[in-house]
Amino acid sequence: MTRKTYGNRAYWYLAPALMVMTLCGVIPMAMVGFYSVHDTFAGNRFFWVGFDWYASVLTSPEFFASAARSLGFSLTVLAVQIPLGIYIAVRLPTQGVLSNVYVVLIAIPLLTPWLVVGYIWKVLVLPHAGLLGAAALWLGIDYDMTNPVVVWLTLVLMDTWHWTSLVVLLCFAALRAIPDDCYRAAKIDGASGWAVFRHIQLPKLRLALLIALLLRFIDSFLIYTEPYVITRGGPGVSTTFLSHELVQTATIQFDLGEGGAMAVIYFLIVLCVSWVFFTLIVPRDRDGKAR
Amino acid sequence: MTRKVYVAPAVYTLLLMVPIYWLIIMSFKTNAEIGGGLTLIPEAPTLANYRVIWSDPSWYLGYVNAAIYAAMNVAIAIVVAVPAAYAFSRYRFFGDRILFFWFLSFRMIAPPILLVPFVQIFSDLDMIDTHIAVAIAHCFFNVPIAIWILEGFMSAVPRELDDIARIDGYGIGRFFFQILLPQIAPGIAATAFFCFTFSWVEFLLANALTTIDAKPIAGIMTRAGGVLSADLALLSAASVLTLVPGVVLIYFVRNHLAQGLSMGRQGN
Repeated sequence: MTRKTYGNRAYWYLAPALMVMTLCGVIPMAMVGFYSVHDTFAGNRFFWVGFDWYASVLTSPEFFASAARSLGFSLTVLAVQIPLGIYIAVRLPTQGVLSNVYVVLIAIPLLTPWLVVGYIWKVLVLPHAGLLGAAALWLGIDYDMTNPVVVWLTLVLMDTWHWTSLVVLLCFAALRAIPDDCYRAAKIDGASGWAVFRHIQLPKLRLALLIALLLRFIDSFLIYTEPYVITRGGPGVSTTFLSHELVQTATIQFDLGEGGAMAVIYFLIVLCVSWVFFTLIVPRDRDGKAR
Repeated sequence: MTRKVYVAPAVYTLLLMVPIYWLIIMSFKTNAEIGGGLTLIPEAPTLANYRVIWSDPSWYLGYVNAAIYAAMNVAIAIVVAVPAAYAFSRYRFFGDRILFFWFLSFRMIAPPILLVPFVQIFSDLDMIDTHIAVAIAHCFFNVPIAIWILEGFMSAVPRELDDIARIDGYGIGRFFFQILLPQIAPGIAATAFFCFTFSWVEFLLANALTTIDAKPIAGIMTRAGGVLSADLALLSAASVLTLVPGVVLIYFVRNHLAQGLSMGRQGN
């Protein structure tokens, strides 16, 4: 295997991407940082206020409450989707037409526009017209969307419908790469189903699970559109997540400074989590073939 | 034993399809039937909802608009990501690892964080309600995704190929177009599919940066759904149509779904 060429010439190849990212990533992010240390007058005159906004965000009970709701939501959906995803992936047939049919059908929720996901679930729980709502009525239960517990269950169910497929497809691809000989050898050794999973399948799932954990955590922690469509953050503030708090502060109350400080804090959290996973997903020796 | 194995995925897939089925049958119903109670099969299937969408530009242009900015976004993302992915896959250079992470970190930023600056920037540039504004905005997550996916595909191509091409006198341009790109054609297709999809499904920025001329279908649906007597049958038909591009295109990339979803970190 030839080793990678050493040379900063590579920056020429990176230049176009760096230019685009400056325009659509660095500049907007820098503006968020700028807002977070300024107060604004009429939206176009800015006064330096140092870290006042950070102090006010970090002492705001609303911020911590919505952060706790976001974290709670993320941990709940991870606890449901990761095990469920692994289980389904292990059970999927690895060969034949049926295998492909499953893969395509399972991917469909991932391709659904977020607004439509929200719309589907908003309609599903309608008392008479919606399938879930009608089923609940039939069972004699009132599908009560003013009850925070019911609303949370609905959102977790919605997100599980929307995103478990990601875990399934990543794990399934990893499992499909295990040669049949491994299973044959295990069978000869008389390994139980659990032993096969624990010692043959699970080790192969490491990378897939790291990626799935990272993407699922980040995306659920930042969820905006779907809960907004279904609940508008309610009842009360029971489903007002960090992203809603942020958009509300920045665009409706037009508190650019406070919104900016929130966004920066939010970004730092995401950055730390991503870095931990990055060191695990992309090994340090970038010349090796296993990447 | 064998039969038992297939029960779980069958049940799971069936449950996944229930909301989709529900959406599809609602789109063939009338509002009277939807409001009248639960029917599992439309009593009098009608195409009226679809006809409204086909015959009204303020509806069907929503799909066209979304397709335009998503396609523009794909073009930008692929053009800048191919050389960048090549750099990461073939070179060691100062800060390579940090820079690889740096790109990823933008994928991890959610649209709500950048909402205000994007609105500000594009109003200052007088570009609100243009397709290119949305296409550029969506680059902040799609360029990193494209780089990561393409890097995965390129790293699977042996580096010896580069050397052989160089010895044979291929310049960098001919090498890219005649050797490297054909080698990773499936990777380019998969990248295009995923960038298109991620742009197609995003709502917050696409809706905030457009008003009339470039309004995506999701924005039109919110406007129509905002009124008190929302037309559920019509909204369902509009929703069903938003699924069509993904479902049609997914067949072609079915073997590269994991590579795309894992951002190139995983083979198939």
